[in-house]
Amino acid sequence: MSIVSPVPPPEVPGARVEIRVGPAGPIPGPLRFLSRALRTLWSNRKASIGLVILGLIILVAVFAQLIAPHSPTATTFVPYQNPSATNWFGTTGNGQDVFSQMVYGARISLLVGIAAGAMATLVAVTIGLIAGYRPGVIDELLSFMTNLVLVIPGLPLMFILAAYLQSRSVWTIVLVVAFTSWATGARVIRSQASTLRTREFVTSAVFSGEGLFRVVFREILPNMTSLVAGSFFSAATAAVMAEASLEFLGLGDPNTVSWGTILYYAQQQNSLLTGQWVLVFAPGLAIAMLAVSFTLINFGVDALSNPRLREK
Amino acid sequence: MALLEVQGVNVVYEPTRGQRIWSVRDVDLVLEQGEFVGLVGESGCGKSTLGFALTRMLRPPARLESGVIRFDGVDISTLKGEKLRRQRRNGFAIVLQSGMNALNPVRNVEHHFGDILKAHAHAGEHYPGATVRRRGTELLGKVGLDAEVLSRFPHELSGGMRQRVSIALALALEPRMIIFDEPTTALDVIVQKAVIQTIKDLQRENGFSAILISHDLGVVLEATDRVMVMYAGRIVEDQPSKDLVSGPHHPYTEALLRCYADPRAEEIHLGGIPGTPPDLSLPQTGCSFTPRCPLAQEICHRVDPPLAPLGNGLVACHVRAPSAAAVRDG
Amino acid sequence: MRYVARKVVLFLVTLWAAITLNFILPRLMPGSPVDAALAKLASSGQTITNAQRRAVEIQLGVPHTSLITQYWDYWTSIVQLNFGTSYSFPSETVVQTIGKAAPWTLALVGVTTILAFIIGTLLGVYAGWRRGKAADTSVTLGATFFAAFPPFWLGLLLLYVFAFKYGWFPIKGGYDPGETPNLSLSFLSSAAYHSVIPALTLAITSLSGWVFGMRNNMINTLGEDYVTFAEANGLRTRTVALLYAARNALLPNVTAFGLSLGAVVGGSVLVEGVFSYPGLGNLLYIAVVNHDFPLMQALFLVITVAMLVAIFIVDMLYVRLDPRVRQ
Repeated sequence: MSIVSPVPPPEVPGARVEIRVGPAGPIPGPLRFLSRALRTLWSNRKASIGLVILGLIILVAVFAQLIAPHSPTATTFVPYQNPSATNWFGTTGNGQDVFSQMVYGARISLLVGIAAGAMATLVAVTIGLIAGYRPGVIDELLSFMTNLVLVIPGLPLMFILAAYLQSRSVWTIVLVVAFTSWATGARVIRSQASTLRTREFVTSAVFSGEGLFRVVFREILPNMTSLVAGSFFSAATAAVMAEASLEFLGLGDPNTVSWGTILYYAQQQNSLLTGQWVLVFAPGLAIAMLAVSFTLINFGVDALSNPRLREK
Repeated sequence: MALLEVQGVNVVYEPTRGQRIWSVRDVDLVLEQGEFVGLVGESGCGKSTLGFALTRMLRPPARLESGVIRFDGVDISTLKGEKLRRQRRNGFAIVLQSGMNALNPVRNVEHHFGDILKAHAHAGEHYPGATVRRRGTELLGKVGLDAEVLSRFPHELSGGMRQRVSIALALALEPRMIIFDEPTTALDVIVQKAVIQTIKDLQRENGFSAILISHDLGVVLEATDRVMVMYAGRIVEDQPSKDLVSGPHHPYTEALLRCYADPRAEEIHLGGIPGTPPDLSLPQTGCSFTPRCPLAQEICHRVDPPLAPLGNGLVACHVRAPSAAAVRDG
Repeated sequence: MRYVARKVVLFLVTLWAAITLNFILPRLMPGSPVDAALAKLASSGQTITNAQRRAVEIQLGVPHTSLITQYWDYWTSIVQLNFGTSYSFPSETVVQTIGKAAPWTLALVGVTTILAFIIGTLLGVYAGWRRGKAADTSVTLGATFFAAFPPFWLGLLLLYVFAFKYGWFPIKGGYDPGETPNLSLSFLSSAAYHSVIPALTLAITSLSGWVFGMRNNMINTLGEDYVTFAEANGLRTRTVALLYAARNALLPNVTAFGLSLGAVVGGSVLVEGVFSYPGLGNLLYIAVVNHDFPLMQALFLVITVAMLVAIFIVDMLYVRLDPRVRQ
């Protein structure tokens, strides 16, 4: 993913200088902040498409019970069937309805993507802020750790961790994914925090006696929101792919219904060779769509923090 | 025929979101061969935009809306592509504000010269390494730099040196006109003086016409023959430099002059100009300086004063240089 | 040369840390990997010599021995390239198993990565230069589209369409079953034939990353003063685009290239798994699925060390490209 470096808007000769007067305080009310962020994202064409796709997937996941015609795990149908009136996507080798599986599967994929992404971002922000703000031994140590995790190939590490760990729950996957994906975000955030640290508004805050916590959370962090958001969406994209990969290899919980497990069973049951390409096509497309939506939203976030990238 | 004749230039800045801003409004000017003219004004008055417009360097969302820019008899306002590129040789050049960042970090100074010389080589002209080095040394010498600078990379040079290299590169085109856009703003005072002196000497020795854009009236008065004062996108005064220090002028110019206190005086009064520059996204009626002008009259609100003779130059002010045409239109 | 010295030190320290991490990992895991491994080896039917058993223990955890002793023995065995025996391939040492698979991955992954980087970067330069116009939009959309494909899914799809339905390419394997690995023309051409779809899969999925990165870098670089000045001096469009803009925009991408190799390796695990392509990725797939810990350990070590070496090489290359670090 791109490494975003926020740049102040270029000076335009003759441009009007706008001074916005608003309520005091560096962090506006969270709700107002969110609505303003969403509105700005929405104005970016690519991001708005991403938001729509993500919204649809969320709706499907939330209303799964209303949308899916059957239970995803009930093995009541004739196995290995092609799409038909009762089973819109056909049935698996165990006689389960694939369409219902697809609908319910949205839940796990969304959950893992968002949870793992959030966790990875949280770790990344914490480590990045501390390392960026406190130069010296702490920074060197944290940076070294970050670089180490960064060079270790993520997917292989994930596979190995998952193979070693005996439990097979979804949360194992979330933890494994989060544990391997925080490093990229941490690096980016650290470099931005360290740039901001030397900016005048931070120096003046420190001189006027603001404590460490206040400086970090009220001065530095709000200037990095789009960077953090970008990190989150990158991490979520990676998490979705990673979860699918882990499930596909059989390292996940074979009893859960997720898009990845559908692919796993499809591969196990050689669905391609029996002509049931829908079992491969549908979950893969869904995973791709989810990943695409995050990427598109990330375009909007990129443009937010770097005015040069905004669509003219 | 003057080297540069500009009539009715308007530059508009159109962001996708937000108002259109007319940053340069209906500007006429004339530059003779060998003249050294200063263009002075506060931040946002449109002077840099005008400089970019005259050298066809405007980039979206800024746009040359209308106007004629006749350089050496040829209207360059509509040239594009290869024809425009060719104009840069023996034509016009611009030296940017931050000479600091004007050089490619991954190419050394010799390569910079090579790139320019080869880009404008006429058919049959070749520039092997030795020729580039020879020309480079020659040009660097003109700006007071040693030949060994050729092998250096930009990050190995100081700010002042980089600015001089930019000037040397512009000279490589043997231009007949160079526009210097705030060439000393990013430099400290001592280096400033040296660079301005270099520019002055170069202009005298090589005879190119030059426009020096700056917000620093002192620098401009020292270096140039003639000064144009810009306010809110219009040229409001055009006088020989030596006449600018004394005598009545446009109220804005007078206010500007008052801002410069004599550092050797007993008491220093820091002057300022009350009010703020106008919002150029709104249509302007009458003279833009009216809200801040101590001499404002009723006609100033209604009619934009044209440039009219005052002393050895021109002034756009109903009070200082009332013009019959203005009264008639008002 | 401070940059070079720093990078060398960093390389060595990270190398040490990665190898140590490899040592710690199996000893931290719940359940006892070493017991499981030894049990599986015992049941594989092959006779396991004491030396082999010892080697496995050193990798995974020797019971009743101090960590320091284990750590020392661990390093010794690494230097001697003794990783024990895997139970998926009990008839040979792990080193031999890996040795057979490595060239396949190097060829497949190496070639496609470099190709994807070059093509992706060029496309990114093009899209960034023509930003906002039709060329940019189509490249960006195309890259977004392809970026979203999970590599294994794209592999499956391509497999289905081109191998199964149309039969233009083989369905699995690295080479024709009738051939044996040697340097003969028929083997090499069979190998090349079998590598087309896996290569395509890997290339398409990694391409987009480069396109985006380079495009962003180009757009940022195009706003720089030296590009404006170059245009003002009337340099030819191609010169400005390539020597002034692209050449500078390239730098962050080169740094990112080293780091991306990890993702490529990960992708290759899935792609090789899907195609039963006899490379390291496929080995890892087999190892993970079979819980073959000795093989996993060795593979992890090999992959990590290879990554570090590759990153180091890229760092050294960077010195050639950016004069600012050559102090």
